[in-house]
Amino acid sequence: MTKVRQRESLSPLAMAWRRFKRSKVGIAGGVILLALYLMALFAGFLAPYNIATQHRQYPLQPPQRILLLHEGRLMRPFTYPMVRERDPVTFRNLYVEDQRNPQPIRFLVRGERYRLLGVFTTDLRLFGVSEGHFFPLGTDRFGRCLFSRILVGSQVSLTVGLIGILLSFSIGILIGGISGYYGGWVDTALQRLIEVLLSFPRLPILLALASIIPPRWPSTWIYVGIIAVLALIGWAGLARVIRGQVLAAREIEFVQAAKALGSSDLRIILRHVMPNLTSYLVIAATLALPGYILGESALSFLGLGIREPMASWGLLLSDAQNFESLRLHPWLLTPGLLIVISVLAFNFVGDALRDAADTKLA
Amino acid sequence: MLSFTIRRIMIVFPTLVLVSIVSFGVIQLQPGRFTDRYLEDPRFSPETVARLEAQLGLDRPVWEQYWRWVTGIITRGDFGFSFFANRPVTSIIGELLGWTVLIAGLTMLFSWLVAIPLGIYVATRRNGFSDAVASFFGYIGLATPDFLVALLLVALVLNLGGTNVGGLNSPQFIGAPWSWARLIDLLNHLWIPILAVGTSTIAVLMRQMRANLLDVLNADFVRTARAKGLRERTVTYRHAVRNAINPLVSLAGLSLPELINGTIIVSIVLNLPTIGPLLFQSLMAQDQFVAMTMLLFSSLFLMLGNLLADLALAWVDPRIRYD
Repeated sequence: MTKVRQRESLSPLAMAWRRFKRSKVGIAGGVILLALYLMALFAGFLAPYNIATQHRQYPLQPPQRILLLHEGRLMRPFTYPMVRERDPVTFRNLYVEDQRNPQPIRFLVRGERYRLLGVFTTDLRLFGVSEGHFFPLGTDRFGRCLFSRILVGSQVSLTVGLIGILLSFSIGILIGGISGYYGGWVDTALQRLIEVLLSFPRLPILLALASIIPPRWPSTWIYVGIIAVLALIGWAGLARVIRGQVLAAREIEFVQAAKALGSSDLRIILRHVMPNLTSYLVIAATLALPGYILGESALSFLGLGIREPMASWGLLLSDAQNFESLRLHPWLLTPGLLIVISVLAFNFVGDALRDAADTKLA
Repeated sequence: MLSFTIRRIMIVFPTLVLVSIVSFGVIQLQPGRFTDRYLEDPRFSPETVARLEAQLGLDRPVWEQYWRWVTGIITRGDFGFSFFANRPVTSIIGELLGWTVLIAGLTMLFSWLVAIPLGIYVATRRNGFSDAVASFFGYIGLATPDFLVALLLVALVLNLGGTNVGGLNSPQFIGAPWSWARLIDLLNHLWIPILAVGTSTIAVLMRQMRANLLDVLNADFVRTARAKGLRERTVTYRHAVRNAINPLVSLAGLSLPELINGTIIVSIVLNLPTIGPLLFQSLMAQDQFVAMTMLLFSSLFLMLGNLLADLALAWVDPRIRYD
């Protein structure tokens, strides 16, 4: 009896997925991204404190250790509370662990009230201590928990890129599509505009545009403004590529056929031309996203971006800007680690996607 | 070649006009103006402020302000007046521009000296351990913002007990005449910004060099060279590297404005006398002529970099036709 082997027929997407899976770093990057975005989504639950709560007795406290051994005995994970003392010579705050008094870290505790996913109001937190405080990454100069601030700040830092890309790609596709499809003076004018936008280096024009946002705006408006500024700069390069592709696609038979059948211009651009560019767009978006994260962090770091009471990784890093902090409070640099990890993960995924699409793309 | 060069230079000018309009427009869109601070100051009467505005030309219609600015630049080389420093813009920018170009230039030199040998090394040991390590660090270098590298280096130096951070000179050398001791002190301060600005450039260059060299090493002429019985060393350096390095020459031109960009934020962190802190300050203080001029200059650098890239590529690669 002959064995009939059904040959799998795979869609192009499934084939690309199969090639993507071969890249270990690509998968690792994807998992990291998933974890980061879940972290941002459930930031309130994971954070032990609210980001604005000031623990005035504990300014600039170093991170507390999580330990298992107390006086040679194995215990459930616990931490030693910190006691503040004054250096008799410099009058600087000194924190000393109170080693007689281990505080077990409890899970699913009741803490401050917060809104989960923007809908439910609850006071359930993933972990905390019943007595005293637990600051896993230390505190800033107002005694605010840095760990909580990093978690909640990730909501801003990670969404700026996504929304910014969405916005700038919409503009880029529209302008590039129009420019390539219609040609003529429309094309010339739009290309000039793109050329001018591209002849500014990124950072100076970013700073200049960010300085237009009125500082008196509420912080949520500023958040939207920053995204708009980032998107405004980001679309030009993409529009140029889209234009070239549309220009080429215009001559292909099926587009000519659609035109002969009387489809509208918009329909031809969106339904017949764009689908051919999907893989390019996905890859370009993944590779462009880190630029938005880095752009936002640079702006916020310089004080031209996200403002208090919101938090973002760049804004948190600006606390570490002076040389005294860098020497005495190095834990204030931890938000930088998250910037590096998220950018790294996006680059891993982007490179793996590019290899999976197996096309020569810049 | 000459006509190509001239034509290539000519197309810069129309763009430059549009760039000047955008620079002016963006700065005009800033909320409020420089004289607003005086309105809140009880020592200034509204009449004084109005007189000040008339003196600075801020009361004229926008198009007239633009026209005066541009004609000043073209006819007199006058980029306007810094309200904040109370001096002409050109007198402030001159020296800062020198330091900026010096730091950017040294960074470029340094990153080439590190990245090219590294790229060759990992390309000839493809998929080995060193290749993996180098590509990992390449990824890290790309993912770390340059201001974070600067902060980390400063934190490292300070915690090791060093003090040579921030600025370009130790206090005892400020205003001192040039000497060996001062030069060494300068280099002691310069390595942090050079490393901070250069990290991402090194990562990009190294990856590019590796990829190019791997492409070339698979080419037929390399096989021919090996078949002739040439030593592997000769094949690599004489035949492969020479061809692999061509595309990088244009990358050098493109990276010059990138590097000047990089110095902006690193200089703000490290308090260096480059155009970075000036740009930032002028934007914050609404010192409009300085801000506009800096935007114009940054764009000029970019176009200059593109121009150099095109010319350099045309020069090293005889296959490029210029017409």
